[in-house]
Amino acid sequence: MRFFEYESRAIVAKAGIPITKQGFAKTPEEARRIAEQIGGPVVIKSQVLSGGRMKAGGVKFADTPDEAAGHAERILELEIGGHMPRGVLVDDRADVKHEYYAGVVWDGIRKLPVILFSDMGGIDIEEVAENHPDHVARAHFSTLRPFSDWQAKQLISSLGVTGSALNRLTPILARLARLFLSYDMTLAEINPLGELTDGAFVALDAHMDMENEARPRQKELLHELGVGDEETRQAREPTPFELAGEQVDAMDHRGVAGNVTEFDGNLGLVIGAGGGSLTLFDAVRAQGGKPANYCEIGGNPSVRKACGLAKLVLQKPGVERIAVMMSIVSNTRVDIVARGVIKACVELGHDPAEKIAIFRIPGAWEEEGFKILERYGIEYADRSVSLHEAARRAVEKIQGGNGAGAEGDQFRQTTAEIGSETDV
Amino acid sequence: MTDALFIDVEVDASVAQDRELAAKLTEVCPVDIFAQSDDGALEIVQENLDECVLCELCINAAPPGTVKVIKLYSGETLPAGAAVAGG
Amino acid sequence: MSILIDADTTFIVQGITGREAVNLVKECLDYGAGAKIVGGVTPGRKGRDVHGVPVFDTVAQCVEHHRGPIDGSVVTVPPAFTKDAVFEALQNGIKLVVIVTERIPRGDVAQMVELAAEREARIIGPNCLGVIVPDVIKMGGIGGPARDAAKSYTPGTVGVISRSGGMTTEMSSTLTAAGLGQSTAVSIGGDAIIGSSYAELMPLFEADPQTEAIVIYTEPGGRMEAELARYVTENDSRLPIVAFMAGRFMDEMPGMSFGHAGTIVEGKEDTATEKIARLAQAGIVVAEEISVIPDIVKDKLGARV
Ligand code: SF4
Repeated sequence: MRFFEYESRAIVAKAGIPITKQGFAKTPEEARRIAEQIGGPVVIKSQVLSGGRMKAGGVKFADTPDEAAGHAERILELEIGGHMPRGVLVDDRADVKHEYYAGVVWDGIRKLPVILFSDMGGIDIEEVAENHPDHVARAHFSTLRPFSDWQAKQLISSLGVTGSALNRLTPILARLARLFLSYDMTLAEINPLGELTDGAFVALDAHMDMENEARPRQKELLHELGVGDEETRQAREPTPFELAGEQVDAMDHRGVAGNVTEFDGNLGLVIGAGGGSLTLFDAVRAQGGKPANYCEIGGNPSVRKACGLAKLVLQKPGVERIAVMMSIVSNTRVDIVARGVIKACVELGHDPAEKIAIFRIPGAWEEEGFKILERYGIEYADRSVSLHEAARRAVEKIQGGNGAGAEGDQFRQTTAEIGSETDV
Repeated sequence: MTDALFIDVEVDASVAQDRELAAKLTEVCPVDIFAQSDDGALEIVQENLDECVLCELCINAAPPGTVKVIKLYSGETLPAGAAVAGG
Repeated sequence: MSILIDADTTFIVQGITGREAVNLVKECLDYGAGAKIVGGVTPGRKGRDVHGVPVFDTVAQCVEHHRGPIDGSVVTVPPAFTKDAVFEALQNGIKLVVIVTERIPRGDVAQMVELAAEREARIIGPNCLGVIVPDVIKMGGIGGPARDAAKSYTPGTVGVISRSGGMTTEMSSTLTAAGLGQSTAVSIGGDAIIGSSYAELMPLFEADPQTEAIVIYTEPGGRMEAELARYVTENDSRLPIVAFMAGRFMDEMPGMSFGHAGTIVEGKEDTATEKIARLAQAGIVVAEEISVIPDIVKDKLGARV
């Protein structure tokens, strides 16, 4: 889960790392007041989660509170990468002598966190690593033993930094490493980490990403920052359809029938589980089909839940039929899912045999499931029919044999809005 | 709520009035198909019928032949071979 | 032969009285020669039994009851308690820990992995279904009830490694239908940090005389496939590898998460396209669909002789 800059800087400050004087504003008036309090030149920065703020005109300099309010007004209305800003950050324009970089990420291969330091801050660290590898130092550190200051010192000094800069940077990097672990971050980055003309070091910008799985145990921090439980902070905001999918999943605690993502096609998908859904979504597109949605069923959901998910998909505008497909199930029951999707059709006044293009779920309780499907005249397939073949049959039904057509243009439309996540 | 599409449960009148048995059935069914009314008599929770997982716990909890689970989609009953009473 | 486990492997189940764990115990006891589940742990439930397996309060009690070291543990406790349970297993001498639990934060996983390395133990998972040696033993929910598992898995020469539990079975079933059995199938889990990656399991398969080819299921996210490609190139592996990559559509949607926690495209390197290219460079065939995998494997095996 990604944090806005103003939140990231609050986290950094909470960990004892100095930041510039600043405030978060939702209106030009608030921005003016904060600028007055800071008393001097300020920077107004759009608070959006998408990258490329600078290029898009989302960062402006102001010498007076009036100017600050003016910039804030324009930036608050400026859409960046398909996102409207949440507000603006009004930040003291510090006199920067030098810019450093400090960051912590996970190394999934070594299975350890790695702390990175560079004396070339202010630009993308990947760029520095590529063009000036001798200006990036990195060190893995243990998650079992506490991070000690000497580890930061050794890292910083490896780039030849000495004197008071070394002594001032050391606690900042050590605190960053500790906050990374204690707040369950997947990215904790200060860039630039500024050395000011008066010798002080401050975080001029920060970028924090918290692991979704850790949200329950980081409730206190999230509460302090005012982050609501419902905020997903994905690359785009959830659509009403996706929110309705979350509600279906929350109906009871039995299994999963959710993780719904909206697309623009005409073939509704009731698919599962994690790997099966990914495979099937690809398969439908490879056959020229246009999925209306992505979703996941798993963990043996109740009939009610499967029914709720199928209804949601069936009622989505533009959906002509649904395909019910999963990789071989061992926990989720074929008969239970069959009951759920048929019930959805019947309760919405549809003929299940007409609406369900194909049902391909082999595995647990399949004999029982196939009895039900037969009773309703639904085309079903067992494990002898591959996932791709099942997808092909579904697509063929909906497109009247026009299976190998061009892939969904509408798909492109939806995804084009999703901005790049890489830089801020 | 529409009626159940897939499952029906038949309970002998003798069992339905037996509070102890009613309590037992209410406890064993993993999907809450049985409940007790205020006076302790057995009730079938219509909207949960389709959730039945065919586990036969109810059948095993009651005297033989007094509880039947009927698969409406195939006409089969549990325990296997039991005749459907009443019609 | 097999890797990781065999007919003699003893293990315990931590969180044994949980609903899913009870099923898992039954499945494992029923499968093949019957798993040697020597005990289970649920704090406060000592004295009970689950399908005949005695329940204890601590792992130490299991070891004491067994009168000797226990090989493995299947951990199925809720995410907030998993780290502690795994530490307990490792500190009591258990060398193979299969973590079924999902949604464990990375920091906890890293700690478990670090301690396992210190104890010279191995972790499989988290968020996985475990390990199966067809017709011999299964450790975890992999393949489901014994009867279902027998439909999908047959003994043979193909090693299967998969980031998705369900797809482990789907792919093995496809191999089985084509007359290709499996030596061992391992569901390694779909998280960003896992105990054992493809590259870390390769040396085990390499050393197993029964295994002649490897089939893997992969997804976008992470750098595990690059690690495998490097391993194969550097070690001149004797085993041909066939891969299947799901989630190709995710390349168009950076920053959106689908499926497993590990499948989020965060950079250029972890897209499906990039991974396919890397695997191909290392001589690993990437199949377009699962149904063509058996023919590719047969082809590779035939070509080698
Ligand atoms: S068979 Fe099981 S689920 Fe069905 S009514 Fe009886 S106890 Fe409930």
